[in-house]
Amino acid sequence: MIEETEFLAPGHRMCAGCGVALSARIAVNTAGKDTIVVSPTGCMEVTTTQYPETAWRVPFLHVAFENAASAASGIDSALKMLGKRENKNILVFAGDGGTFDIGLQALSGMFERGHKVTFICNDNEAYMNTGIQRCSATPYGAWTTTSPPGKYSIGESKPKKPIARIAAAHCIPYVATATIAYVADYQKKLKKALAVDGPSFIHVLAPCPSGWRFASDELIEVSRLAVQTGVFVLWEVENGEMENLKITKKIPQRKPVEEYLKTQGRFKHLFKPVLRKDVIGQIQAEIDKKFERFGL
Amino acid sequence: MKISIGARVEEAGSSIKYKTGGWRSYRPVVNKDKCTKCWLCYKYCPDAAIEKGKDCAVIDYDYCKGCGVCAKECKFEAIEMVPEVK
Ligand SMILES: Cc1ncc(C[n+]2csc(CCOP(=O)(O)OP(=O)(O)O)c2C)c(N)n1
Ligand code: SF4
Ligand code: SF4
Ligand SMILES: [Mg+2]
Repeated sequence: MIEETEFLAPGHRMCAGCGVALSARIAVNTAGKDTIVVSPTGCMEVTTTQYPETAWRVPFLHVAFENAASAASGIDSALKMLGKRENKNILVFAGDGGTFDIGLQALSGMFERGHKVTFICNDNEAYMNTGIQRCSATPYGAWTTTSPPGKYSIGESKPKKPIARIAAAHCIPYVATATIAYVADYQKKLKKALAVDGPSFIHVLAPCPSGWRFASDELIEVSRLAVQTGVFVLWEVENGEMENLKITKKIPQRKPVEEYLKTQGRFKHLFKPVLRKDVIGQIQAEIDKKFERFGL
Repeated sequence: MKISIGARVEEAGSSIKYKTGGWRSYRPVVNKDKCTKCWLCYKYCPDAAIEKGKDCAVIDYDYCKGCGVCAKECKFEAIEMVPEVK
C-alpha cells in the first residue's frame, strides 16, 4: 500500500539511495496534485518513465535535453490562453547538465519572459545518466570519467558555476538553494517559489551514490556535511536583491572541508597515495572566501 | 509493441507493476519496540517504500531497494539492515 500523497510512485529505476529521487519525491509531494511536471533528459526522466510505464501520478512531459524551460513556458502560455492557468503548479525537474550547460539558454529566456514556472535543478554535479561525465556543475578536484586524476591532473580543473547567482541576476521573484537533508527548509522554499507570480528557481544539491562513490546509506549524511562544511550554502533571495540575501541555515561552527571530501570516492585521490594538502587547502580557501563575501 | 501517439502513457503511477524489491541485498527490519513513530525514515526514503503504520514504520518490501538510508538516519536505532538470504 502506498500513501495517496505519493505523486512519484515506487517501482522507478533510480539507483538505491539516489538523492535526485528523494528531491523529486519531496518536491512533487509538497507541490501536490495540481502540478504539471516537465523534465529534460537525465537520470530522473529515463528511470521514472520507462515506456510503457510511468512513475508519475501527475501529468508529466518529457522534452529534449536542452529545452525543458521552453516547454514549461509553452505550458504556462497555453493554459493562460485557455483560461485554465489558475491554481496549477508548473514544476521543472532538470539535472545540472540540463540546467548549467545545455538548458541555460532556454532557462534564461523563460526567466526573461517572466513565465510562472518553478524550475528545480537537481544537481548531482555531473552528467550521470550517460556515465558520470564532468560538466560546469562538477566541483574542483572531483574525479569523473572525463576528468580523471593522474600525474598531470587533480581531477576536475574548473570551479563550479554559480548557477543560483546567475538565476538571481535575472532579477526573478524568487531564487533559493536547498538540499535533501534539510527537508523542512526545502519545502518552505518550494512553497514560496510556487506562490510567486513569475519565475522561480531552486538549486538543489542532490548527492548521487553511484557517481560520487559513496555507500547508499550515506546519502543524507553527505548532503548534511555539504552544508555543515560550507561547500553548499542554504540561502534565498527575492527579486534579485543580492544585498538582501538571506541565509536560511546558519552554520556557526563550520567543519573543515576534508570531512565532506573524504566521504566520497570521487575525491579519494586527494588523500591517497599522497595527501594533497595543496588542493584541499585551495578548496578550503575558496569556501572561506565565499563566507567572507557573504559576510558570515 | 504498438506505440501510442506521442508515446503517451495513460496509466498514472504504473511503475508499481515493476517490483524493485528484488534489487535488495540487505533488508531493513523495524523493531516495533524501538520505533517512536517520528517518521524520519518515511521522510528520507527515496523510494516511498515506508508506510506510517499503526504501531511503527512499515517497510514495503515489494519496492524497498535496501539502500539503508532509513536505518542510518533513525535516531532510535529502530531499523536494522540484515543480509537477504535465499
Ligand atoms: C542534445 C543531447 N545531447 C546529449 C544527450 C545525451 N544525454 C542524455 S542525458 C545526459 C546527461 C544528463 O545530465 P544531467 O542533466 O546532469 O542529469 P543527470 O542524469 O545527471 O541527473 C546526456 C548527455 C541528449 N539526450 N541530448
Ligand atoms: S546515477 Fe546517481 S543520479 Fe542517477 S539514478 Fe543513480 S544515484 Fe540517482
Ligand atoms: S532501505 Fe532505503 S528503500 Fe528501503 S525502506 Fe529504507 S530508505 Fe526506503
Ligand atoms: Mg547531473
